[in-house]
Amino acid sequence: MKHVLARAVLCAALVLPVAAQAHKMWMVPSATVISGDDAWVTVDAAVSNDLYYPDHFPAPLDALVITAPDGSIVKPENAATGKYRSTFDLPVPQKGTYRLAIVNQGLFANYEIDGQKKRWRGKPEDMKSAIPAGAKQVQVSEMANRVETFVTQGSPGGSALKPTNKGLELVPVTSPNDLMAGEKATFQLLLDGKPAANLKVVAIEGATRYRNAQGEMDTTTDKDGKFSFTWPNAGMYWVNASTEDTKTSVKEAKQRRLAYTATLEVLPQ
Amino acid sequence: MRRNLPFVLCLVPALARAADMNLSVEIPALKVAEYHRPYVAVWVEREDHSVAANLAVWYDTKKADGEGTKWLKDMRQWWRRTGRDQNMPIDGVSGATRPAGQHQLRFADGKPPLGTLPPAHYELVVEAAREVGGREAQRIPFDWPATRPVHLSAKGSEELGQIDLDLNP
Repeated sequence: MKHVLARAVLCAALVLPVAAQAHKMWMVPSATVISGDDAWVTVDAAVSNDLYYPDHFPAPLDALVITAPDGSIVKPENAATGKYRSTFDLPVPQKGTYRLAIVNQGLFANYEIDGQKKRWRGKPEDMKSAIPAGAKQVQVSEMANRVETFVTQGSPGGSALKPTNKGLELVPVTSPNDLMAGEKATFQLLLDGKPAANLKVVAIEGATRYRNAQGEMDTTTDKDGKFSFTWPNAGMYWVNASTEDTKTSVKEAKQRRLAYTATLEVLPQ
Repeated sequence: MRRNLPFVLCLVPALARAADMNLSVEIPALKVAEYHRPYVAVWVEREDHSVAANLAVWYDTKKADGEGTKWLKDMRQWWRRTGRDQNMPIDGVSGATRPAGQHQLRFADGKPPLGTLPPAHYELVVEAAREVGGREAQRIPFDWPATRPVHLSAKGSEELGQIDLDLNP
């Protein structure tokens, strides 16, 4: 029961728009700017209230996709999921930028059976067998959720940040691993490969535990899907945008919820 | 060709006393529980912050398998401006870390690693980063070439001490 409840909470964390709840999913690497040929990073991934303190639920690593600068998919090392966080290590031998992403795509359903409210999350092909025949008030949503961070060995570059043209994605104008306090950084958001215009984007600096206010910065994407932030301080920043539409891929789902989250490291001048 | 010869000959005396740059960098002696020699980078930046010359990089060259390169990124500005595009070691530029004290460096116009800088306003940057220590960068703006001997200086507060830059025409 506890497990089911935890899973339901996780599902909620994955699906609900940010404004509606406090849980934030994130990945945070031990370093984002790397030198030397034998470099590794170690990464924490969790769903939590505070940034970046794992205090709630570990992030699922089954949907982790790591893309190397040459475009190849690489496997994490020493992956483990604990009580509050998941961790993995990643060797970064290639020059260029690695993309680390937890990509959740699938269906989310609410229904009632025998007077009890139930939730289900999974792949479209499993839905028919997962939801009992007598279920009432079945509400199905599609979700596309991407949580990312980036690590660069040497100069930023390579093909890892090429968009997949599915869901909400970030395209760099400024490299995500070339961010300095006091400098303006610009990125572009794509929705299914097209500019995501007029979308609210928020940025929250980490270490929220040590301040009273969230200190949320926000901006809106322009007609090209572009947005900029000027980082007030050095630190890790959680950048998030979410939206919904009706472009679902299964007929049972009436709406599609999309979210994009990145952890970006800003270094001191 | 023969007609140009007197012109070439005229240039020779000028080349013989080509402009140079004398730099003194102090690495302060620090009383700390765990001391490591700093990594230090010295370079010349144009006004747009692009690098005109990479003059010196002192890092731990003794570690096995080039492991010392792992910490080059800690010289953050140097790493961003030029370090991340380099293959270490850099011929005539990089070398081992140095102990506390004054270190003299001389660079001549037209010769590596300074090369030939076009006349312009530049900044000399010295950046130091130390394992289990801090990081500090000092900048000295200067005009090149100098029309008369010029003495410029900066003083660090933590990881760098006195920095003197003498330019000769």
